Amino acid sequence: MKLNAKWTSYPYIIWMLLFTIIPLFLIGYFAFTDAEGSFTVGNIEQAVKYIPALVKSVSLAAIATVLCLLLAYPFAFAMSRLSFERQKMMSMLIMLPMWMNFLLRTYAWQAILEDNGVINTILTSVGLSSVKLINTSGAVVMGMIYNYIPFMILPLYSVMTKIDKSVLEAASDLGAGFFSTLYRVILPLSMPGIVSGTTMVFVPAVSTFVISGMLGGVNNYLIGDLIETQFLGNSYDLNCGSATSLLLMVVVLITMAIFNHFSDEDAEEALV
Amino acid sequence: MKKIISVFLCVLLILSSLVFCVSADEAYAYDEEYYSKFKGQNITLYVYNWGEYIADGSDETMDVIAEFEALTGIQVEYTTFDTNEGLYSKLQSGSAYYDIIIPSDYMISRMAQGGMLEKLNYENIPNFGKYVDEVFKNPDYDPNQEYSVPYTWGTVGLIYNSKYVTEPVDSWDLLWDEKYSGKILMVSNSRDAFGIALKRLGYSMNTENPEEIREAAESLKAQKDVVQAYVMDQIFDKMVEENAWIAPYYAGDYLTMSETNEDLEFVFPKEGFNQFVDAMCIPKGCKNQEAAEMFINFMCEPKVSAENLGYIGYSTPISAAKDLMDEEMTSNAIAYPSDEILKNSETYSNLSDEANKLMDDLWIEVRIGTLTAGFWVTVAFLAAGITALCILQMYRKRKRLVARNAVK
Repeated sequence: MKLNAKWTSYPYIIWMLLFTIIPLFLIGYFAFTDAEGSFTVGNIEQAVKYIPALVKSVSLAAIATVLCLLLAYPFAFAMSRLSFERQKMMSMLIMLPMWMNFLLRTYAWQAILEDNGVINTILTSVGLSSVKLINTSGAVVMGMIYNYIPFMILPLYSVMTKIDKSVLEAASDLGAGFFSTLYRVILPLSMPGIVSGTTMVFVPAVSTFVISGMLGGVNNYLIGDLIETQFLGNSYDLNCGSATSLLLMVVVLITMAIFNHFSDEDAEEALV
Repeated sequence: MKKIISVFLCVLLILSSLVFCVSADEAYAYDEEYYSKFKGQNITLYVYNWGEYIADGSDETMDVIAEFEALTGIQVEYTTFDTNEGLYSKLQSGSAYYDIIIPSDYMISRMAQGGMLEKLNYENIPNFGKYVDEVFKNPDYDPNQEYSVPYTWGTVGLIYNSKYVTEPVDSWDLLWDEKYSGKILMVSNSRDAFGIALKRLGYSMNTENPEEIREAAESLKAQKDVVQAYVMDQIFDKMVEENAWIAPYYAGDYLTMSETNEDLEFVFPKEGFNQFVDAMCIPKGCKNQEAAEMFINFMCEPKVSAENLGYIGYSTPISAAKDLMDEEMTSNAIAYPSDEILKNSETYSNLSDEANKLMDDLWIEVRIGTLTAGFWVTVAFLAAGITALCILQMYRKRKRLVARNAVK
């Protein structure tokens, strides 16, 4: 029997068509029309004025992504070297916070970081002066890392479990030290994990509005908050909201393209 | 003649004592016959209301939805929204079906103008004529009384913590006071924020004059330096926990907050403030209009209104309900301010699309603001990082080319 596997992809293709492709076209349509439905580039012109918010979002998301990677990479490697039982336990512990609603988790961070919150209460009770934690860019980055780090750890871990022990032994037999093994063996082999982890952290972080709204105070109005204002504000401005979303999408695509370009070459190098 | 009068007086006495004998509860008993119309027909009503905006059986209140279901045999699917604008965009998108919605005044007139509401048949809502106070009939937002039945009303005033703010307070200026920099909260939606700024400058909240709106935007930009955060629901926690000291918010919520933190005080600013009415409406396309009207009628039962308002803490448009409520609540000058104070209030009317658009665009401008030096340092740092990556990449590429050529 010849198994024709093509049809198995149809359910998802229909799903994608309905909930990804058509909405994308709608965003494109709204971005280039005015309230009456005639063609205009005015929305895009207005969206371009909001680039400062976009730059801020991209910077904070990039910082959060880099920190996530630095935290997650050594951890994922260590985890991949554990016994099978322990690995299962660890991945459950990583997933544990995700069982709780995203909004509630961020609310909890608000309670921790507040001026009279958990951290500052402890600090003042041991005689130290309280520090300003909430309503800073740092708090937003913190919130991003906390909420998205599982998306970095899990793809890294799944790639690293596939790195065979013998490969590392071979490296060490051939006289490679720790850094050399890391740079020439582990890093190229784990590149696919780095790429998908980075994408999965960066993309939601760059478009977040809950985290910045709750933890960011006045000076962290990100592009996600802005799009929310356009869609849910007084004027129900679908057109400008779509234009800003489109701009955000283009920026994310460019960023990811640059990143993928790097990683492709790395993967190629690993094969050579 | 004397005899007749005395008999008449006797009868009157007996009658009146009878009336007084009937407890308030029985006087406001449900009309069982009216409510039994849809029994056994398996009808479901979809109700879309504000969050925390109906008595749900907690704290010894009545479970209003369960009571309605038991009385009428109609099922209720109850869901909630957080902002008028959210409700509007949900209805506009056509992605959801509702039988009953409870928007605020200005949103009702906007929806009515947009043809998004069904006209009500007030004959099916006998309690409207019977119980709703005259002042709430034919309001500005529904001048011909076609689309809405009031549910609650309330005011937005200034809340502050008297432990930290010891001077006398009577003005919105407190929200701009540099002395309290970092301890001031501001509302995050454009209409309320502009409303406060406009009132402070002595203009109407409903102005469509671009100059006045721009001036308000300038004052909001100036305020930004002293504001801790732009929030809505979080005002509640932040004020109670004393993470912030000053915030504009709803009088009804203030009453709940002051139960937890007694240092919190409330004032009606002298420049004027917003009075709002939330009213029940039926969106276009409703399939069970008469059942929906029955629900609206039920919500106007004094018993039900008393339970709901006792739970929400806002004010009721049904005076009869006050008889059934806690005296402490109904005599409260914050929940039910005097007419003299209310004279100073203003309700929102629906603004033109241009004015709404201008307000939102300016609000985004206020929120984005100018970028600080620390921010540019971050950007420079990132740019340096990316450049370094690129250089590294080019270096590796060249090395690889050399290696390949060597192999060849």
